[in-house]
Amino acid sequence: MSAIAKNSAINEILKGISDPEIPVLSIMDMGIVRDIQEHGRKLTISITPTYSGCPAMDTIQDDIKKALAEAGFEATVKLVLTPAWTTDWITENGRKELEAYGIAPPLDPAADKKALLHEKRIVKCPHCSSENTVLVSQFGSTACKALFKCEDCLEPFDYFKCL
Amino acid sequence: MTDKIYQYLLLIGDNTMILGHRLSELCGHGPSLETDIALTNISLDLFGQTRNYFQFAATLSERHKTEDDVAFLRMEREYHNVLLVEQPNNDFAYVIGRQFLFDCYHFMLLNELVNSNDEQIAAIAQKSLKEVTYHLDFSSEWLKRLGAGTEESHEKMQKAVNYLYPYTGELLEETPVELEMKELGIGANLPAMKEEYYNRIHQVFTEATLEVPETSWFQSGGKKGVHSEHLGYILAQLQYMQRAYPNMSW
Repeated sequence: MSAIAKNSAINEILKGISDPEIPVLSIMDMGIVRDIQEHGRKLTISITPTYSGCPAMDTIQDDIKKALAEAGFEATVKLVLTPAWTTDWITENGRKELEAYGIAPPLDPAADKKALLHEKRIVKCPHCSSENTVLVSQFGSTACKALFKCEDCLEPFDYFKCL
Repeated sequence: MTDKIYQYLLLIGDNTMILGHRLSELCGHGPSLETDIALTNISLDLFGQTRNYFQFAATLSERHKTEDDVAFLRMEREYHNVLLVEQPNNDFAYVIGRQFLFDCYHFMLLNELVNSNDEQIAAIAQKSLKEVTYHLDFSSEWLKRLGAGTEESHEKMQKAVNYLYPYTGELLEETPVELEMKELGIGANLPAMKEEYYNRIHQVFTEATLEVPETSWFQSGGKKGVHSEHLGYILAQLQYMQRAYPNMSW
């Protein structure tokens, strides 16, 4: 879960900002907004990276500052590393959005390990909902995803792996 | 004291940077699309971790004010990475062998550093450990697949492991800075990790039907700044832009 501002206008603005690599998911649904300090129009927002090398962090910081500036807020964005981000912080709404976009949402960490080690077929195809899926590669189009293939509809798809 | 922490950060961060660079050389050259993407994803993780270490290091240094200064403006003798990570990508078996031998050490090191008395080091380790768990999984699985694969893949994997094995000794060698950091509860206890490290890698060798290489000596020097010829070439490429156009950025 992301931090929530007392001023609901701020929350609405942040909900409009997304990770450029997963445009359907707002940063609030991603759970990367860790803290919002409000002093009238001056804000300090702490965000945490999903992966150490996430190339989207700079863009996200700029987007936050820009969107808030347009609404008359002056925001400082801080990067925090601890506690480390986990896929558990992706909201229920975020999971639905991911699936609708064609990315299978993360399972719980114990099940994830089995899925990524070929032990069990449990990752559901976001296209046809079949669980008859196989791992193609542990590393997909971005660091946060693995590549799967559905054996029923034969479509390849991304799986958002647990972290 | 801050100088010692700075030195310690280089001992960790230079490994992730140089290995990250080696893997980045494979971008577009991996043996298959999936392995190409996987290796460059691992490279990206390692560079992200390096940035975290070097951003912290830059706050402790008089001479290097930014992460880029730390990364690019040192001479060869001032890099403290182990010799293992600078070894070239001779073929896919060497890439996997080098990765596996390093990942296993890296995974164990980070498991120690999450309990560091230094908050920032502990935070970086906590973040990195999640990523490195996937790296170790990837390299272990490939080592087994190649070792227990065809006659040719077995032979190539064994050859790579035989070549790389003597470079493992240095991973757990303790320099004076590492000794001091251990005593302060900031750094890991490397000598204490030795037995478990070899048990772990030998276990995977066995699963991969590979022989444990026999060696009577181990390579050493990288941590003290005495490198193989490979590092010079790496640095020439890495530092070119900063040397040709000082203070450039994008």
